[in-house]
Amino acid sequence: MNIPDKFLELRARDESALIAYVCAGDPTPDATEGIVQALICGGADIVELGLPFSDPVADGPTIQAASERALSAGMNSDKYFEMVASLDVDIPLVCMTYYNLIFKRGIEKFVLDSKDAGISGIIVPDLPVEESEELAECCVSNNVDFIFLIAPTTTEERINMILEHGSGFMYLVSRVGVTGARSDVAESTTKLLSRVKTDIPKAVGFGISNGKQAKEVVEDGADAVIVGSAFVDIIASGKDVNARLEALAKELKDGILSAKR
Amino acid sequence: MTTSLYGKYGGQFVPEILMPALAELEEGYQRYKDDPEFLKELDYYLKDFAGRETPLYFAKNLSKKYGTRIYLKREDLVHGGAHKLNNTIGQSLLAKYMGKTRIVAETGAGQHGTATAMTGANMGFETVVYMGAKDIERQLMNVYRMKLMGTEVHTVESGSKTLKDAINEALRDWVTNVENTHYLIGSVVGPHPYPMIVRDFQSVIGNEVKEQIMEKEGRYPDSIVACTGGGSNAMGIFHPFIEEKDIKLFAVEAGGSGMTTTKHAALHSASLCVGEDGVLHGARTRILQDKYGQILESHSISAGLDYSGVGPELAYLADIGRLTPCHADDDEALAAFHELSRMEGIIPALESSHALAYVMKAAQSGELGDLVVINLSGRGDKDLETVIKLEQGGQI
Repeated sequence: MNIPDKFLELRARDESALIAYVCAGDPTPDATEGIVQALICGGADIVELGLPFSDPVADGPTIQAASERALSAGMNSDKYFEMVASLDVDIPLVCMTYYNLIFKRGIEKFVLDSKDAGISGIIVPDLPVEESEELAECCVSNNVDFIFLIAPTTTEERINMILEHGSGFMYLVSRVGVTGARSDVAESTTKLLSRVKTDIPKAVGFGISNGKQAKEVVEDGADAVIVGSAFVDIIASGKDVNARLEALAKELKDGILSAKR
Repeated sequence: MTTSLYGKYGGQFVPEILMPALAELEEGYQRYKDDPEFLKELDYYLKDFAGRETPLYFAKNLSKKYGTRIYLKREDLVHGGAHKLNNTIGQSLLAKYMGKTRIVAETGAGQHGTATAMTGANMGFETVVYMGAKDIERQLMNVYRMKLMGTEVHTVESGSKTLKDAINEALRDWVTNVENTHYLIGSVVGPHPYPMIVRDFQSVIGNEVKEQIMEKEGRYPDSIVACTGGGSNAMGIFHPFIEEKDIKLFAVEAGGSGMTTTKHAALHSASLCVGEDGVLHGARTRILQDKYGQILESHSISAGLDYSGVGPELAYLADIGRLTPCHADDDEALAAFHELSRMEGIIPALESSHALAYVMKAAQSGELGDLVVINLSGRGDKDLETVIKLEQGGQI
């Protein structure tokens, strides 16, 4: 299933989406299938699978550590596509990675490999719209969504430029900073949601870790809630991982469903 | 806006959060770089605080031994012991004019961190420096110097625990505190406009050489040699001479313990010599990477050259053949370190020792010509501990 269809399905039920991020191959390549299934069982509507990079500048300590674990366990771009292709899922999968891995593989090859593996969208946190022309065009011609980030610091002019080129959903960064679980939802989220005017679904991420926050973000107008580090923390703990991932996904989705809009 | 590209290299590959900050920096730089008030203050700091101009010293003993006239541009005499202060003075002033109150920086050898601590203390900034755990171990004196001047030094434990990881961490800090903070990058690397700004502030080196060599020799040199990690001392001395096409420019990289690569690491830091096209720390340039694009750890005896990337403008100049990338390994640098100390009474930084080592290797072939200027980018006091350890058979 692709991303626009998923959002159509959810909109018909007046429901916002839960987007779960985990780093592929963390802690081992074999673990990822079970992790993804647990997230889906708990209620994840879309799963972002990070392709780990050695120098993830947009990520906080949690995802940095996950990237290091995955890389030491042997994850690389070839294994990533192989593994993603083998996943038995009926929801959209999104690849999140840093630009050098795409550049090195060759932009077209990366997009084609993504498509073949069943990936519906690509997010590149270190690729601003100005540098993205080639990748964006390649995504369009292959029907893969190219998802941009919009930050609280993004100017109106840039928001318009990004809206012109993005598809799938808009990844609204809830606060300045790197990824990582936090206990409150920033005021900047509300403001940013009202500044971005578009029909493309708006997903809010960075810092969301529990059902209460998820509910608040949806009540502020988000079409989707993105949660990463809170899931990765569970994986890092190594204890009862899949059951706890499922439980957290359920808590988040319940929070989303309980929102009054 | 000025162009962000050097040929195919350069650009701005950073998180969206930082794009407005880069635009603001570019705007600030364009506004103040020719502002008489700004330039007056810059001159004042370069002269009275940094101790410029630095001498262009004729190394008579070295010249005699190698059969070519060798001059040393004495950046080791700049306050703090290296060329790094030229850039931190410029950027700190710029940050002050732009109304920033906090400065973050990365450091490898600790020289840029120290220079940042100096201008930070002097101009009243809250100053934070990120430094890899491995570098902290090999440069304890610089860590203490920074702390003395009121700088907060953060240990970076991620990745290879060296310069590249310190840059990652400084970028993360900037992403988080972008509103009041200036990221004072220490080399001609990173997203546009940094490579341009750092090059411009370091060009004082080459501009002085132009006048000094005319005064002493009545002509420009045949070749200019500089060590290259990120490449700020190299761009600083090269830039004013780029249009003088007869002058050969040599960028000497760290050959480390061998020009080979293991699975996760290069045994050298020679990204200009053998790196491949890629994107690191906000810029497209030549980098050390594996076949998937994962960044390889680098190695050098000198922390200041131990970096997996290189400034995008240097990559461009290498591509078009305007400069010659070359390398000197750990042992050659160490030998040059000793030789300059003994022959001229000047203890060079291990970084600068690579430039010296290349001249010692290449002088006899004649490729350097009859008049050579070496950028002696820093002094070696900070390296004594490393050298002592090595001579006792230790590992670095």
